[in-house]
Amino acid sequence: MQLFPKIPLADWVDSFVDMLTDNLEPVFDGITSGIDWFVEGIVSILAFPPALVLIAIFTILAWWSSRWPVAIFTLLGLLLIDNLGYWDPTIETLALVLTSVIISIILGVPLGIWASQSDRVRGIITPILDFMQTMPAFVYLIPAILFFGIGMVPGIIASVIFAMPPTIRLTNLGIRQVPEDLIEASNAFGSTTKQKLIKVQLPLATPTIMAGINQSIMLSLSMVVIASLVGAPGLGADVYRAVTQIKVGIGFEAGLAIVILAIMLDRISQNIGKTKN
Amino acid sequence: MEKAKITVKDVTKIFGKSPKQATKLLDQGKSKSEILKETGNTVGVNRASFDVYPGEIFVIMGLSGSGKSTLVRLLNRLIEPTSGQVLIDDEDIVRMKPEQLRDVRRKKLSMVFQRFALFPHKTVLENTEYGLEVQNISKEKRSVKAQESLELVGLKGYEKSYPSELSGGMQQRVGLARALANDPDVLLMDEAFSALDPLIRKDMQDELLELQESMEKTIVFITHDLDEALRIGDRIALMKDGSIVQIGTPEEIMTNPANDYVERFVEDVDLSKVLTASHVMKRAETLRADRGPRVALQLMREQKLSSLYIVDKKQKLIGAITADDAAKAIEAKKEIADILITDLPTVEPGTLLTDMFVKMASSSLPLPVIDENDKFKGIIVRGAVIGALAGNETESAKGEVS
Repeated sequence: MQLFPKIPLADWVDSFVDMLTDNLEPVFDGITSGIDWFVEGIVSILAFPPALVLIAIFTILAWWSSRWPVAIFTLLGLLLIDNLGYWDPTIETLALVLTSVIISIILGVPLGIWASQSDRVRGIITPILDFMQTMPAFVYLIPAILFFGIGMVPGIIASVIFAMPPTIRLTNLGIRQVPEDLIEASNAFGSTTKQKLIKVQLPLATPTIMAGINQSIMLSLSMVVIASLVGAPGLGADVYRAVTQIKVGIGFEAGLAIVILAIMLDRISQNIGKTKN
Repeated sequence: MEKAKITVKDVTKIFGKSPKQATKLLDQGKSKSEILKETGNTVGVNRASFDVYPGEIFVIMGLSGSGKSTLVRLLNRLIEPTSGQVLIDDEDIVRMKPEQLRDVRRKKLSMVFQRFALFPHKTVLENTEYGLEVQNISKEKRSVKAQESLELVGLKGYEKSYPSELSGGMQQRVGLARALANDPDVLLMDEAFSALDPLIRKDMQDELLELQESMEKTIVFITHDLDEALRIGDRIALMKDGSIVQIGTPEEIMTNPANDYVERFVEDVDLSKVLTASHVMKRAETLRADRGPRVALQLMREQKLSSLYIVDKKQKLIGAITADDAAKAIEAKKEIADILITDLPTVEPGTLLTDMFVKMASSSLPLPVIDENDKFKGIIVRGAVIGALAGNETESAKGEVS
């Protein structure tokens, strides 16, 4: 009993994606090799020192940024991961998270600044961010495979899309939340827009921006696990294997490693934002 | 008349979506509330015009919502005027390009804010340097200037503190130091002392006046506090509903309110802080020092006085004698010089009533008023002071010595 024929939305999206893959292949290839190179770089840096040295470095980082309970948790947690034999996938996951977070910051902070300077830009960006965050994360994986093939890169692209919105939103929010009288003072002394941004708005927005980055880290961690569906390596791959083979024990071990990594990254990134101010 | 530093001509600010329509209604003489009802626009400032002269403290006073804070922001274009002109040294701020405007803000105009508006992430020194920093002045040079400025407001030694570590009064000193650091011609002070508690506020007012003695900046000072306006203002502009109701010296506004609004505004004011000795001073009988006690007593009897002031040839006050002492001196065959009371407390014509109460209480004789050349001008009788405080100061002023 349809009054109108079904709108062929799915077909349109398919042909749009086809058009992109046909025309922009060199671009996607370039992005793919760039990201590949970057992640490999991080993995080789993280894998270079023995596990114990890296554990010590993370423990010191946790102690410096937070307080000793976090440091002890980091030490014991990472030792447990190493002991269970999940060190290499953990490093891969960490590299994936770092890569997607770095890309999120490089793209997200400038976009957030742009949105904070103009209500029109914010008006355009906000619904896009809503879309990016509410569309089920798996859906991004499909075009990502088409554009970037199977493996690590589509996973990273999907997690950047999924994880970037909080950084953009909170950068915009942090800058807009700078008290009006400070903006007035900055203007009254004859600052240019750039001076105002660098000397007043960004420093005062830093805690909020750091909260956004913290959110991006957590979201990208959850996404790189899902990205194992398209062949991304790391802890997610172990979880995925355990699910398909119904191995509860292995699933629990890999899952626990993810939880430890998540808590460690969350506490460290949260407290770095606080100690800066 | 001296050339104005700031000339404001018919400046209007309408907040809302249809300022043109609202301006038209203003020209038709509609009131702020009528325009709000008809167009939804708020009249911030309604055709304000005034001149501020170099070196004067010009106070803009009004209750909250009267448009005074908007008006001061129109002077440096933190708020864009809807129409009108703001001339600073004959240059129209309203027509300036952004670069020109920035240059004027950097070099000629500084602002002090009600809530201090210090940058919480910068130290006291860095805050003070801000106006110089945005001009890309070298670090050494701006640090020297900022230090000088901090010293001026009495904050030497606090350079490395953060604003949050200072009290309100000290924070506003930083605000003042920051405004003074780039040596502007004009200081815009938006309720600068309103957030401070009353005692600190008074100290800051005194210090501002003291600084002003040597700086001679042109100051536009916004306040809602009439006492403050009367204390520091050379001239006061009173605002109501976005319009300037009256401009005048504190005395003019007190003694000759332009309309009911101003009158209601000033009726609660403490007159003792506005009226001076010259307002309540009366003519007094004097006698030259070379006359004898008999003459003095005779004069006092004729005039029904209990005391007499003794002056020299140049009308310089030497002392006073009482009738009782004069009578005793005649019996003892003494001269006036022997019975002269010389340690009289004195006041000057410009002394405020509030500052002479203690002296009046300590002396049984009326207070003599002497000018800067020690010339005797008249006396202050308690009755006249009470009369003036009761509100009929014009009566007592008639007895003034000219």
